[in-house]
Amino acid sequence: MTGKEKMLEKSEFKEFEKKLPKKVFETALQEFATLPKSKQKKAMELLVKQYLNSLAEPGECVGLVTAQSIGEPGTQMTLNTFHFAGVSEMNVTTGLPRLIEILDARKSISTAMMTIYLKKPYSEGKDLDVIARKLKAMHMEEFIEEISVDIASLQLRLKIKKQKLGDYDLRMDKISRILKKNFKNFDFKVDNEFIIAKPLTREDPLKQLYRLRERVKTVFVSGVKGIKYVLPVKREGEYVILTSGTNLKEVLNLEFVDGSRTRTNDILEVESILGVEAARQAIVDEVYDIIQRQGLNVDVRHILLVADTMCFNGKVQGVTRYGIVKEKPSVLARASFETPIRHFVEASVLGEIDSLNSVLENVMINQPIPIGTGLPRLVMKREEK
Amino acid sequence: MAEVYISGKYVGTVDNAKEFIDQIKTERRLGNLPIDLNIQYDEDYDQVIIETSKGRVSRPLILVKDGKPLLTERHLQQLEKNEISWNDLVSQGIVEYLDASEEENALVAFYAEELTPEHNYLEVAPLAMVGFVTSLVPFGQHNQGVRMIQGSKNQKQAMGIYMANFHQRLDMDVHLLHYPQKPIVKTIMHDISNYEKHAAGQNLVVAIMAFEGYNIEDAIIVNKASIDRGMGRSTYYRPVFAEELRYSGGLTDKICIPDKDVSGYRSEKEYRLLEEDGIVFTEAVVKEGDVVIGKVSPPRFLSAIEDYTLGGTSRRESSVALKHGEQGIIDMVVLTETEAGNRLVAVKVREPKIPEIGDKFTSRHGQKGVIGMIYNEEDMPFTASGIKPDIIFSPHSVPSRMTVAHLIELLAGKVGALAGRYIDGTMFDSEKPEDLRKELLKLGFRDDGSEVMYDPVTGKRYLARIFVGDMYYLRLKHIVANKMHARARGPVQLLTRQPTEGKAREGGLRLGEMEKDTFVAHGASLLLKERFSSDSTVIPVCNNCGLIGIHDYRKDKVYCPVCGDKADIRFVEVSYAFKLLLDELKSLYVHPKLKLKLKY
Repeated sequence: MTGKEKMLEKSEFKEFEKKLPKKVFETALQEFATLPKSKQKKAMELLVKQYLNSLAEPGECVGLVTAQSIGEPGTQMTLNTFHFAGVSEMNVTTGLPRLIEILDARKSISTAMMTIYLKKPYSEGKDLDVIARKLKAMHMEEFIEEISVDIASLQLRLKIKKQKLGDYDLRMDKISRILKKNFKNFDFKVDNEFIIAKPLTREDPLKQLYRLRERVKTVFVSGVKGIKYVLPVKREGEYVILTSGTNLKEVLNLEFVDGSRTRTNDILEVESILGVEAARQAIVDEVYDIIQRQGLNVDVRHILLVADTMCFNGKVQGVTRYGIVKEKPSVLARASFETPIRHFVEASVLGEIDSLNSVLENVMINQPIPIGTGLPRLVMKREEK
Repeated sequence: MAEVYISGKYVGTVDNAKEFIDQIKTERRLGNLPIDLNIQYDEDYDQVIIETSKGRVSRPLILVKDGKPLLTERHLQQLEKNEISWNDLVSQGIVEYLDASEEENALVAFYAEELTPEHNYLEVAPLAMVGFVTSLVPFGQHNQGVRMIQGSKNQKQAMGIYMANFHQRLDMDVHLLHYPQKPIVKTIMHDISNYEKHAAGQNLVVAIMAFEGYNIEDAIIVNKASIDRGMGRSTYYRPVFAEELRYSGGLTDKICIPDKDVSGYRSEKEYRLLEEDGIVFTEAVVKEGDVVIGKVSPPRFLSAIEDYTLGGTSRRESSVALKHGEQGIIDMVVLTETEAGNRLVAVKVREPKIPEIGDKFTSRHGQKGVIGMIYNEEDMPFTASGIKPDIIFSPHSVPSRMTVAHLIELLAGKVGALAGRYIDGTMFDSEKPEDLRKELLKLGFRDDGSEVMYDPVTGKRYLARIFVGDMYYLRLKHIVANKMHARARGPVQLLTRQPTEGKAREGGLRLGEMEKDTFVAHGASLLLKERFSSDSTVIPVCNNCGLIGIHDYRKDKVYCPVCGDKADIRFVEVSYAFKLLLDELKSLYVHPKLKLKLKY
């Protein structure tokens, strides 16, 4: 819908308003405005019928259908798992390993990456290299050309790549200040293209110097921590920066970043910074993306259900025995998933009661399952005597 | 300075690797070093690798010097006259065995005509690159590699005459083809291996066409008349054993007709085929359940009660009977002893197996299939000269599998059958398909092997010409009758009361976890309950304490082991497996209480 178009009068179709969800109803009001007057009502009636048809019926086993709908194409995925390695842009974990990673809600993911969108004019390519440099986490290692330990004068001499320093808008004295902050026991002096480190204490100076030689390489200098690799690409007419490694919090604080579109693939990071609702959406997007890339076709609603199940407790939980399975109320259901003895022992210590309400328990005791035809009950009024 | 390794261990260096290797090879050819020692020079890493370890696959090649093989006409003549042997060629350094690593440094010519001064080896025969069974595939050079492997695997399962003394052997699970034939299209390997002495197939007339739809998906249509005339007929032999075991306390089994007071006595009808010694007579027709060897054993446990009540030692029936679905004719009875000195009776049961729908056949090109339909002779399409095919093979099986040799064999077989000669289809040395086509043309047929055929139902001519020919078909040992199995009711497991598993135990076909899920997904709740009701039981439950009560059938009384007679016992229908779970929990010191509630 663009701009203000003709819209049907709400009051005229009041009878349908309650039968349809708000969004569907409003779209219908707009769309049907182009129809001739005589057919509008008929169209609404048809819409309601279609809408009711597309609803899941009471007692429909949506969870299991979801499991089957994701599981069946999933078996095909195992065969073409690593096909995407090194094709374009970066090496990314996709396919089944990535899917398992998301559904398990792993703390550390194998390839964390961000897609950073930029505000105008930067999105049109302005200062792209400067932005890229500002993002990438730089460590001393990358600026040092040569390290030598001067045994005679008990010094550590760091030869700095001055050219590169200039690229990153840094100066020698800034570097020496950063180093001083990190290594309080040393004195750092700038000498042309060298930085000379001298231990302040007399205690075994040589050992200190050798230790420093290794540790100095890992000192964080500039950029955003955690961003290991930066790759600007042009996507749909604008410049976007892909990164390996994530740091959503700091990236969102940068003034040139379009925070509303920037995203990371680390779901738990999304949860901690933007909340569960965002994490839920992140799960949906990521899973859907994987399935699409594999050339498979799974309805979004299945994925939505999985994402909802993972998030409905207010925090992201994996589909594991420590995650959502742990939340199941039934002892038998939990025991039949994994580690049965532990669950039985814990349940007996706590004196848990299993009310045998769900499918699994009723299969175990050979009773009709409360799904589909097993769900409705006949209620009768007792004849008064 | 090349490093030298012997069987993976570093031993030192040599200055001139090439010279060193030549020296070693010369010594090997002279017989001073073992013939299975192989040496390789790896130029990239500048290493000399000598291997003497076990388990390397090596193959013989003819040595070549200055573009000329060391094996001469004279050698061949001597070989033919049996004056020299293969081993002489090896010890003379004419033939050498190379392993995979030494092959890296070798330039091997396929044919003698291709030799150049650079070559240092010549293939003994191109056929030698494949194994024995694969070399039995005619025109194999025209096939896709995978199909050769699959075809070889199929050939190993073919029925034939597996040993000349089969009639006095007691092998397990033996199939014997009744009328084996020499293949018309053969390879040199058939001659070398005396294949005609133990042939495993028959030359059949095959038409490649789709017919009535019963040969879709690799099925084949078979002519009933061909089967009646003996095509693919076979006999299945299965031995049955019974041993008179000795037990502690001087007790032994006894092979005899069991007395009626033996516990577990079957019925007189089932023992009817036994002679006085308790063994069936030969040529007896036996059906499932019939006792073949009558046997009684001492009781399993020498319990006190049985000893007192029956006076003597009570004995247990342990006869050997034919299992469910088995039948046949007693072919042979053998009386002998085991190593331990126990009397052993072996009975061989024979059963003729006539090809039926579902039996498996294959050509030699990995084109296996089962019989989809057997048509009467009058219902089979026929050629202008009145030939009716034995088998109708589906053309859809060919393009994607690229078994071109299957088609060439069909053509070659036709030429062979018409010209009355054997066709040589040795891989890489076969008769040329072009020549065969010319010969077929001379014999008065179309050179592509196709013929005009007529519809058996309408008598009308088919618009397309049909490719008909003769090829070697093998009947495979997978016979439906031995595999077919179904069950409605039957034995259950003792522990869980669920149906047993497997054909041998007359088991059920499991409706597993994922199959269960499909019922759940459909919401077919009551159907699911019914399918899983195989171990359904009614258990008494105490409404006070929630434990399983006791139902004493003799006194017709129900009581609870904890609450006693006054307990409020209710009967509940659950699966036996669930009752077992409750029992197992109790054995873990977990007290599972059942809280009962009226359902409606």
